[in-house]
Amino acid sequence: MAFLFLPASKVLYGAFQATDGGLTLANLEEITKEPYRTAFRTSIEVSLVTALLGGALGFLIAYSVIREGTPRFLRTAFTTFSGVAANFAGIPLAFAFIATLGTIGIVTQLLADLGLDPYQHGFTLFSKTGVELVYLYFQIPLMILVIAPAIDGLRREWREAAANLGATPRQFWRHVGLPVLAPSLLGAVVLLFGSSFAAYATAYGLTGGSVPLVPITIGFYVSGDVLSNPHLAQALALGMFVVLAVMMAIYLPLQRISSRWVR
Amino acid sequence: MRRRIAPGAVLWLLVGAAYFLIPLVATLLFSLKDNQTGQCCSLSSYGEILHDPAFWKNLRVSFILSLETIVLSLVLLIPTVYWVHLKLPRLRPVLAFLALIPFVVPPIILVVGLLDVYKSSPDWFYAEPYGFLVAAYVILAFPYVYFSLDAGFRAIDVHTLTEASQNLGASWRTTLWSVILPNIRAAAMGGAFLTLAIVMGEFTIASLATFDTFPIYLQYINQNKAYPAAAVTLIAFAITWAAMLALLAVGRARPMHVAGTK
Repeated sequence: MAFLFLPASKVLYGAFQATDGGLTLANLEEITKEPYRTAFRTSIEVSLVTALLGGALGFLIAYSVIREGTPRFLRTAFTTFSGVAANFAGIPLAFAFIATLGTIGIVTQLLADLGLDPYQHGFTLFSKTGVELVYLYFQIPLMILVIAPAIDGLRREWREAAANLGATPRQFWRHVGLPVLAPSLLGAVVLLFGSSFAAYATAYGLTGGSVPLVPITIGFYVSGDVLSNPHLAQALALGMFVVLAVMMAIYLPLQRISSRWVR
Repeated sequence: MRRRIAPGAVLWLLVGAAYFLIPLVATLLFSLKDNQTGQCCSLSSYGEILHDPAFWKNLRVSFILSLETIVLSLVLLIPTVYWVHLKLPRLRPVLAFLALIPFVVPPIILVVGLLDVYKSSPDWFYAEPYGFLVAAYVILAFPYVYFSLDAGFRAIDVHTLTEASQNLGASWRTTLWSVILPNIRAAAMGGAFLTLAIVMGEFTIASLATFDTFPIYLQYINQNKAYPAAAVTLIAFAITWAAMLALLAVGRARPMHVAGTK
């Protein structure tokens, strides 16, 4: 037991160490300035976009899979695949997209043959938009996995009761479905935000560091590509930790509320 | 009466399927291109990878790391979770909370702390993947193994099994080894396969602590050889698939029922 938690707590301690040792406030002040301010802003923007888009698409797909009339095997296929895809992040994912939409990717060349070369129209995979596009590949499956039990909890009787009382499907969603799902949805989006905020390998494999995300910046400091300053890396890690801790502080109560409806 | 599939559902399922499948199909086509000419179709990329000793070396390192992480995690956690379920059920929420810590301290933060903490540790630990990396991976795998085992223990009647075993004169070790273990085998295997998938794909810590594992090899090939990189990517994907399918397979095999144990 002690063996397990000692390193975990020491990490926290290590991150806090950056704040003492003489240079305390200077380090923390430093990360509120450029270029770190931009790094945090970019990271948060990417996380927000992928969490919201991934959440919306994941919800629609999960609902389509679960709703009545969809054959059972599709549900098995989609959940199994989501389990794989949600774990298929990192370097292989980055390369799969390079092979698809990179400068000589299969889809890029296909589009170019049709006279629609995306690289002629300002698109590049190795940019913020590209990172967002790739992150969605693990965000959508993650959303499907997280939200599916909540959608299952939406009881069929509620729908039928609403219909019997003369509600249209839109009214059902507006007054019953969405309010019941709201805590689960919000919780899932917060979780997605965290998963994309913390991702390092995918962005590194894709851009090699040209998009300045916080994890990428930390990576530069740790590997010593830039002037090595472990204290700055620790201060940045502390900054990330604070964002993620806030995220957990929002997520946990939401989960408690939503578990009321899921059996 | 069966309802027909809704048109809206078809649309979103198609969107989802396309998003998931296009990159995979494209990677496959890419990997089949010839190294020199860039024309389809040739298996030369696969040949090149399979004849690269570095591929086998790094794959082996990652595989051994997975096994070591799995064994260490299970040895640490099975007795712990057993004890908590049996004697200290009040500690369960505490453990569940601790299991969330790796989500708040992701690998990129973990590596910063670990490098600092273990800087002064002896070389046989710090400079060896089988020491330093395994210590890090046990932390990463902790939530997955814990939640899997917790579910497994919840499904069996720990108290009855333990009492029956003790009444028949079994020691704690015998109880754990020949009574509890067979009953949570499915849960333990589930945690093990998840760990396998995680360790085989972990890049952040291995890269920043400069160890040569399978994902590092993949990144190296990515930067140097385009077509073989697609082949390795597909191999990595196949490993994830295999681990997940194995997970599903053991998940279906129900743990033995109490009445069924002779």
